[in-house]
Amino acid sequence: MALVAVSARGSTPDDGVDPRFGRAAGFVVYDTATSGWSFLPNTVSRDLPQGAGLAAAEMLARAGIGVVLTGSVGPKAALALGAAKIAFRENTFRGTIRQAVAEYLATRKLGEALA
Amino acid sequence: MDVEAPNLDLFLKATGAGQRRATLEVPVVAHPEACNGCGACGRLCAFKGVLAFGDFPVAFPELCHGCGGCFEVCRRGVLVRGERELGVIRWGEALPAPGADDGLATLEGRLRVGETMSPPLIRQVRGLADEMLRTRGGDMIVDAPPGTSCPAMTAVRGVDAVLLVAEPTPFGRHDLDLAVKAFRPSGVPLGVVINRAHFGDRLIHDYAREAGLPILAEIPFRRDIAQACAGGVSLDAMGVDMRQKIEGLARTVRAPDAWRHAA
Repeated sequence: MALVAVSARGSTPDDGVDPRFGRAAGFVVYDTATSGWSFLPNTVSRDLPQGAGLAAAEMLARAGIGVVLTGSVGPKAALALGAAKIAFRENTFRGTIRQAVAEYLATRKLGEALA
Repeated sequence: MDVEAPNLDLFLKATGAGQRRATLEVPVVAHPEACNGCGACGRLCAFKGVLAFGDFPVAFPELCHGCGGCFEVCRRGVLVRGERELGVIRWGEALPAPGADDGLATLEGRLRVGETMSPPLIRQVRGLADEMLRTRGGDMIVDAPPGTSCPAMTAVRGVDAVLLVAEPTPFGRHDLDLAVKAFRPSGVPLGVVINRAHFGDRLIHDYAREAGLPILAEIPFRRDIAQACAGGVSLDAMGVDMRQKIEGLARTVRAPDAWRHAA
């Protein structure tokens, strides 16, 4: 796992988390290997009447994302993320992208220490 | 064809002669082990009915529009044809209208509760209706769903004339304008019927004049009409004045060339 994507209201790590998965403005991506940030705009799926979560999952799979942090993932998108072997963590509703990623990395480290 | 709000029974009191289930052919991932991950099915589908990443496709049959393209592009038999239930199609016979000799053949689609897509069912009902028209002859009245999106456009495809029913309110005028813009490109004659016409309100008249559309009938805004309508009485059975109005409208509609450029 090297790429962590967060559903975002803006394009930078200091923008807010968007709890919506399929309809978010885009995904801010943190690369754990390089500690660098990048942005994936969510242009296609936001305009779909249906299947927005599926289109977002497709885009993340193509970008090689390993983990996605968001508010909640619908049942269809969850299936798609599973098929694409992308892990997702829900209940990220508040704060900035940077905070969400830091929190995720901290709990992951804790999990590894306890394992 | 208003499969989301089927109401033929309310006014026509049709006796049901039969019904059948309507289904749509959708993909089912039956042999994931046969998939070579080529991704052709996922690239083809415009509605995310099939997604292909990784080792095998994932089907989302509720999003499928039933084009059948994914079966065509998969050469390895990964996908097989399954069914999604759309609803039922019912046919029957309504009692003859006052003064008419023959009863009325009726055909109605009822969308399954929970189904989000109505055009596939509307297309099937229209197909059957067109078949009935070919074998039985006569005229067909299509009760189109409201609005100007896919359901309405699917219901009226290939008709000889379109009656646009509008109410004399700013909202009615706005929607009438949308409908005119949607149906005019098809080139069929358009006529306006004003529902709940009140004396002195010229909103729709003014619009129709500007748009060059004939007003073919006006249903007055009257308490007795509202009461009869709420009781399930059809307009032509409400009294002599309404019957004459509806019969006059029927005659006009049968000769669209006469009013096509009338306004």
